[in-house]
Amino acid sequence: MSETGKNGKVIRIEVLRYRPEQDREPFLQSYDVPFTDDMSVLQGLQYIKDRLDGTLSFRWSCRMAICGSCGMMIDGEPCLACKTFLRDFPAGAVRVEALAHFPIERDLVIRMDDFLAKLESIKPWIVPKEERTLAQGEYLQTPAQLDVYEQFSSCINCLLCYAACPQYGLNPDFVGPGIMALLHRYNADSRDGAAAERMEVAGSEAGAFNCTAVGYCSEVCPKHVDPANAVNQNKTRAAGDYFLRLVRPKGGAK
Amino acid sequence: MKAAMKRSNAPIFWGLFGAGGMLAALFGPVLVFITGIAVPLGLILPADAMSWPRMQAFAQHWAGKGFLFAIIALFLWHAAHRICHSLHDLGVHAGAATRLACYGSAALGTLLAAGALWAVGF
Ligand code: SF4
Ligand code: FES
Repeated sequence: MSETGKNGKVIRIEVLRYRPEQDREPFLQSYDVPFTDDMSVLQGLQYIKDRLDGTLSFRWSCRMAICGSCGMMIDGEPCLACKTFLRDFPAGAVRVEALAHFPIERDLVIRMDDFLAKLESIKPWIVPKEERTLAQGEYLQTPAQLDVYEQFSSCINCLLCYAACPQYGLNPDFVGPGIMALLHRYNADSRDGAAAERMEVAGSEAGAFNCTAVGYCSEVCPKHVDPANAVNQNKTRAAGDYFLRLVRPKGGAK
Repeated sequence: MKAAMKRSNAPIFWGLFGAGGMLAALFGPVLVFITGIAVPLGLILPADAMSWPRMQAFAQHWAGKGFLFAIIALFLWHAAHRICHSLHDLGVHAGAATRLACYGSAALGTLLAAGALWAVGF
């Protein structure tokens, strides 16, 4: 590598490669990438793809931490590649791997079918508590009612929390932190009336009780959603539902 | 995924775990201090604070009985649940055998405590 960045710095990026048609198993491949202090890991990967090795595959779109496509393991931690900077690896090397706990489709691209199926199962939309006609106008909400769920609505489906969750790693049936945050986002919305239906997921054997309160999901979340908090609130709700149904049998899981 | 949509019975064990955890946090340290440090070393508390007649009277009073039973049984359920989940983390997955060993010991301990408290009389 003779070419260097404006500041003359070069970093060695080790990338986990896997091309199913030719590689029997994933392996690490190193590239020397010249960089400047404003370059993200994603830009480093783009440099590799454009200048060094066009066969490298990875997902990205917005490059500003909003689309949730560029989640990967960076030096072993679940991170958004566009929100992580090459200057922060002073040892001059960084390892980039596909997101943990998911099957690899190709190189840094993972399969998210499992997550999408789970997402569908929780009805991730507002199911109106009471139908209103157009003439009746909007569904109004106070700032206090917004406060209850707003944080959980910031989820960008980046799956970093899934890569962080040891329980999802052990048991992929667990719906996982992100889904619990989204489920809570709709349940906690004053306009929504489908909490009892979603309880079928939250209170099931795949639901909240798989969590052992590790809390790493909330640490890695790039949008401060705090999925661990959503899981915890739903443990309490699911327990309440479990015991209450004995005196008030209706709704919830079978 | 649908197969896993059975309602979980975890709330029972989670409830006992939570109750035990709360009692452990409230009374655990002070019990260790009283029974393990203060009384044996004669600090702060009178040396006969845990003498046989006193403890017997405590265990015979309905309130003392209730306290002892709650402390012993709920601490056991708390520990059983914690151990069961820690084993899972270590790769010993919660099958029928692990569950039976963990929750079975807690159930047995609960019965023994109830029996013993009954046996000391009122
Ligand atoms: S909760 Fe956070 S970490 Fe999890 S998917 Fe949503 S944005 Fe990503
Ligand atoms: S590229 Fe959109 S979140 Fe990183």
